[in-house]
Amino acid sequence: MRARNWELVSLIPASLLVVSGFAAVYIVQANKLESVSLIYGGIFLGLCVAANLFIRVTLPHADPFIFPLVAVLACYGLVMVYRIDGAALARTQAQWFVLGVVLFAATVILFRDYRRLENYRYLIMTGSVVLLLLPRVPGLGVYSGGAYLAIHLPGITFQPPEFAKIGVVIFLASYMRDHRQVLTAGHKILGYRLPPLKHLGPLVVLWGAAMLALVVIGDIGSSLMLYAALLAILYVATDRISFVLVGILLFAVGSWFLATHIQHIDARFQDWLHPFKPSIYYAPLGSYQVANAQFAMAAGGLFGQGFGQSLLFIPGTTNALIPFPSTDMVFSVITGDLGLFGAVGLLVTYMLFVSRGFKAAMLARDSFSKLLAVGLSTVIAVQVFVIVGGVTRVIPLTGVPLPFVSYGGSSILANFVLVALLLLVSDRARRPQSQTVSG
Amino acid sequence: MNRSILRLFSVVVLMFAVLVVWTSRWTVFSASALDHNPLNKLQYYASLEVKRGEILADNGEVLAKSVKNSNGTWSRVYPQGSLFAQAVGYYYPQQNRIAGIEQSRNQALSGVQNTQTSLFGSLNGTTAAGNDVYTTLDPTGQALARKLLAGRVGAVVAIVPQTGAIRVMYSNPTYNPNNLSAPCPPNPEGIGCQFDMATQAGLAPGSTFKLVVTAAALNSGKLTPNSTFAGPSPLIVSGTPLHNDANISYPPGTTLTTALTDSIDTIYAQVGQRVGAPLLQQYMKRFGFYSVPPIDYPAAQMRPSGEFYGGRFVPITNPNMDLGRSSIGQGDLEVTPMQMAMVGAAIANGGTLMQPRFTTKIVNSDGQTVQTVAPKVYHQVMRPAIAKEEEAMMRSVVISGTGTAANVPGLEVVGKTGTASINRCTHGPRINDTCPQGVPIDDAWFVAFSELHPTIAVAVELSDEPNGYGGTYAAPIAAQMLKTLLAEKQ
Repeated sequence: MRARNWELVSLIPASLLVVSGFAAVYIVQANKLESVSLIYGGIFLGLCVAANLFIRVTLPHADPFIFPLVAVLACYGLVMVYRIDGAALARTQAQWFVLGVVLFAATVILFRDYRRLENYRYLIMTGSVVLLLLPRVPGLGVYSGGAYLAIHLPGITFQPPEFAKIGVVIFLASYMRDHRQVLTAGHKILGYRLPPLKHLGPLVVLWGAAMLALVVIGDIGSSLMLYAALLAILYVATDRISFVLVGILLFAVGSWFLATHIQHIDARFQDWLHPFKPSIYYAPLGSYQVANAQFAMAAGGLFGQGFGQSLLFIPGTTNALIPFPSTDMVFSVITGDLGLFGAVGLLVTYMLFVSRGFKAAMLARDSFSKLLAVGLSTVIAVQVFVIVGGVTRVIPLTGVPLPFVSYGGSSILANFVLVALLLLVSDRARRPQSQTVSG
Repeated sequence: MNRSILRLFSVVVLMFAVLVVWTSRWTVFSASALDHNPLNKLQYYASLEVKRGEILADNGEVLAKSVKNSNGTWSRVYPQGSLFAQAVGYYYPQQNRIAGIEQSRNQALSGVQNTQTSLFGSLNGTTAAGNDVYTTLDPTGQALARKLLAGRVGAVVAIVPQTGAIRVMYSNPTYNPNNLSAPCPPNPEGIGCQFDMATQAGLAPGSTFKLVVTAAALNSGKLTPNSTFAGPSPLIVSGTPLHNDANISYPPGTTLTTALTDSIDTIYAQVGQRVGAPLLQQYMKRFGFYSVPPIDYPAAQMRPSGEFYGGRFVPITNPNMDLGRSSIGQGDLEVTPMQMAMVGAAIANGGTLMQPRFTTKIVNSDGQTVQTVAPKVYHQVMRPAIAKEEEAMMRSVVISGTGTAANVPGLEVVGKTGTASINRCTHGPRINDTCPQGVPIDDAWFVAFSELHPTIAVAVELSDEPNGYGGTYAAPIAAQMLKTLLAEKQ
């Protein structure tokens, strides 16, 4: 079977998920939802088929499973938003998906030869840093939970780190492609080969930027995500585990210093360590959120309580039991509804998505493509780890969106651009050799 | 480069593995601990959305119900206030507190269903509702018990001997289940208001225990109602003198029937020794001693009866036990009023002890009966003929003995008094079973049923009465209870 037909067939799981999810939620909440709300599920399915047709024409050789996997992830998100916030937000979310696919198509068409991006790498890097700092601009930034995570423009709230992460990866992939040789070629000091300082400079700057992001915008999650991408690309480019170890050490020292000196980061650590201590549970910025996420997961058990069945709002009120159920804490809601099986299903889907990204990197024939695919895949993997790990208390909780699943426009748009880039790399890598020459 | 890409990929796989492990940790391995964490309000919130089933009396009167608040949640209301507090208990999910039938029938009341029915339930679009629990409790008898106890610390238990149905279980102190945080007015015994005197109190049974000794003596063939004894006062029992009431001595040739009729302690001390500890132990167990009663009631709110020594229950065969004094219901014997009602019920039912119970049936929100609780034999205590013999002896107690205050014309009440010494006096110390400076404080008991209509067995206990003779304090209450409950029955 041809790749695009595989892709079409692979959309079946997503279709089943979205149909059963919408049907179940509608039945459970029939008193609150109108039947017209079911069409948002339909819109989504139509969108998937349209995307398949588009990829058929523009990216005939691209990996056939990346898009269906994204569709499954997006289903989880759409059903959960429908289930948590009802028809209104499901409509908004469905609209974001339409815009996301449009942006996806635009990216594919505009950057058909994505290697042109390398020409603009410093511009992209500067743009990314500006994006990251935007939430700190007075009157523009939105302050929540001790961090500046978003900016507010008339009509929309926008999360800059979601786009910045792509820019940073593009810059790193391009920069490392150029400097991988020199980074491993420096003088030996005390038996350790130290890279020349002038080549190391930008990396030190990046480390500083990640730390600065922590201090200035207080966004641990995004800085962790970006820093992990840096280390991953650095490692793949140089094959030097020592760089990674030094990098981790630097980050650990920086984080420890910040954790002990910045109140809201320290609070996050305390919430992580002692979520069930009443003094911490009831404190402002306390562990109420993460503790209740765990209660919700425990209630889900092995098989969950069923789509739309777990309790999300305090009865008799409109207060969410777990704050931010459709964004930061969506993983705990999924686990409460679908249990360990549903949660592992979601994680396996991410795993498969990331593995297809890595596969594209392996097949790619040039360093930039390899580093780009590795960076983009790693960024998604780390983002999942940061938020799911935060919700499940592997690490302190920091708010980053669960890619494709959390409610929110900027996250969806940015991730569709990311998928477009991955498919571009994949298409080029899997294209028969002769065509590469002519193309 | 591909080699390092693969290595990096294995790190990514490891990260996902960690996430899976942690997710399973909370959903499976630590789930139970999280579900029971005091900070976890999920069950409470979920309960607010469920119409919990009603608890009903035998005449259909509502004892506990759920009412809908203006914001759509449900609250628990007890229309009878404190009258049924001990039996019905309370359901207070805000603080994870639950007691009584509310607890023992929680599953039915809350409508806990298995996954499949709940799935289909939600497909039908029906909202969750609990089942109604129909009980054996009798509002008239319950109200009478409250009236007769008149605020004094004590308990009244009435059981249908043939079915084990608990018609009345009232005790003081009590509380209002609609307002659990209300302060508990102090009582002389220093008992908390939610303490259940009927099932949780360990009390010396006094002479009511002679019913158990008599059953053992007759059914084992060791004695007959006409066996004779001498009843000197004092009699040295276990090395210390035992006095009869008013220090009266009874001549040789006194029959066992007379000994029960006049509740002669020095004779029953000898009867107990004649029966022997192993046999008495066996009959105590048949009557239900040494076990938590098999009632559909929370085990935490019940206590076994038996010899209680050094902080635990020991068999009467234990060498530290004073068999003679135990045979008159003193020594280390501690029983509950519920246990003594079971003793009366076993005799009234021809020696067959039925399992006491509160529930008759469970009915779902559609009105369908989902469970019927049938009467069940608990123990075969003695032969019917022996039960009849003992009944005749108990009749003599009411006609001419210590229990004449319970004689109700037309009912032929049979019974046994108990005046349990708690080793205290109104004034001054207690020396040799007497109070030189005041009068003794006793627990007054009466266990009774009607020979003519043995469909109710009642046990009455009143704590800490000065000169608290069972025949004076408890017998009239028992008679009133029998009269009212039997009139209702007919």
